[in-house]
Amino acid sequence: MNDRPPILDVAELRKSFGHLEVLKGVDLQVRPRELVFIIGPSGSGKSTLLRCCNRLEEPTSGSIRVEGMDIMAPGVDINLVRRRIGMVFQSFNLYPHLNVLGNVTLALRKALNKPRAEAEEAGMQALARVGLANKAKAYPNELSGGQQQRVAIARALALEPTIMLFDEPTSALDPELVGSVLAVMREMRESGMTMVVVSHEMRFARSAADRVVFMDQGMILEQGQPEKLFNAPDHARLKQFISSIERH
Amino acid sequence: MDVILQNFLNLKILGEAAPYLWSGFKMTLLLCMVVVPLGVAGGLAVALASTLKSKWLRWPVVAYVDFFRAFPPLVLLIFIAFGLPFLGLDLPAFAAVALAFLLNTSSYYGEIFRAGIESIPRQQFEAARSTGLNAAQTLAWVIVPQATRNVIPDLISNTLEVAKLTSIASVVALPELLYAARQGQALTYNATPIIAAGIIYVACLWPLVRLLSRFEHRQIALH
Repeated sequence: MNDRPPILDVAELRKSFGHLEVLKGVDLQVRPRELVFIIGPSGSGKSTLLRCCNRLEEPTSGSIRVEGMDIMAPGVDINLVRRRIGMVFQSFNLYPHLNVLGNVTLALRKALNKPRAEAEEAGMQALARVGLANKAKAYPNELSGGQQQRVAIARALALEPTIMLFDEPTSALDPELVGSVLAVMREMRESGMTMVVVSHEMRFARSAADRVVFMDQGMILEQGQPEKLFNAPDHARLKQFISSIERH
Repeated sequence: MDVILQNFLNLKILGEAAPYLWSGFKMTLLLCMVVVPLGVAGGLAVALASTLKSKWLRWPVVAYVDFFRAFPPLVLLIFIAFGLPFLGLDLPAFAAVALAFLLNTSSYYGEIFRAGIESIPRQQFEAARSTGLNAAQTLAWVIVPQATRNVIPDLISNTLEVAKLTSIASVVALPELLYAARQGQALTYNATPIIAAGIIYVACLWPLVRLLSRFEHRQIALH
């Protein structure tokens, strides 16, 4: 692939909830412009891994570096770090009391203290990128699920992140709306965005991912190029998982 | 019938009492304009404090809310006005009333705001934090606006209670509407000023009651 230093470098990451160890020492490097797909059965720790990467979950041990910076170091300004890491959630999580443009510009205005006009210009650009500039004045409850998720993507893009994390971005969508979200993600990939995607969209993984990572029981069991992983998996667990998914 | 009109709706007496009632009304209005915003602001502060993660910061807030919700406001006011002077704190009547209302109503408004904040899904907080907003910015721009919207009927309802409760200020001789009406009654040996005060309360609060019931109907329709 490429040998530039990784944008995201996770090493020996562990996370426990009480006595339950959800991540049991995960290592993951994501290089610039790479699209890494994380698959695995529910409860395998995929979402927790993603949520540790911007410290929505506090890791128990291990290290996470973003663009070379240790984000677990004491004294690190996590709010600055989070602006560099876009995150998209399964349930969109738009702010229902703000219109679309308000959703996209809130962090620009209140965290980055940009003047309204400047924030709105950046917001409109981000909305144009997801094809929703014409919905700027609409409220989230007036939009379809697919449109809401694209607004959520625009909200993250407006901050010009260096990496985007997607936590099951299409799982809450009706099947006919999935395509519009995947199209936006494909466009982002083509324009060079570094992305980590937790998802069950296997067809999208096959056609768009540079690398697929299979997690099981809090560990990375196998990873590699999509054709290799899907067509000739080494592990029996992965073989079983793929056949169970593709039956649907 | 004539006796009733003579004693309760006597226009001549009403004319004599009108200046008292007018100045009492203005005092009540002033009280509400001070006491309600104080209570709302105090309540919001209490609610935000009760969302803190630290047990040691949260515990005193819970104790505060519990205590002042159980403590009768009239007793509280009398204690502040007539008890605290023995401790060297002799507040003017208006300040005593304002303090008593701040302590009492902030705990009620606080519980309302807390319920509102708890009604907001955790994902809203996470989404905001993931964009680099800090905790205070997230509360100010994402959580509190939604929380407030969700509890508007309860806020209105509590404000109605607070407005009516301002009449307890009469016990510390603050010349608000009830106090003025009692004065009018004493001077004229007639109950008309009291009736008039009641009518003024109803006339002022009725629009709020209407507004509240519209909100409540809309909520039922939404469910």
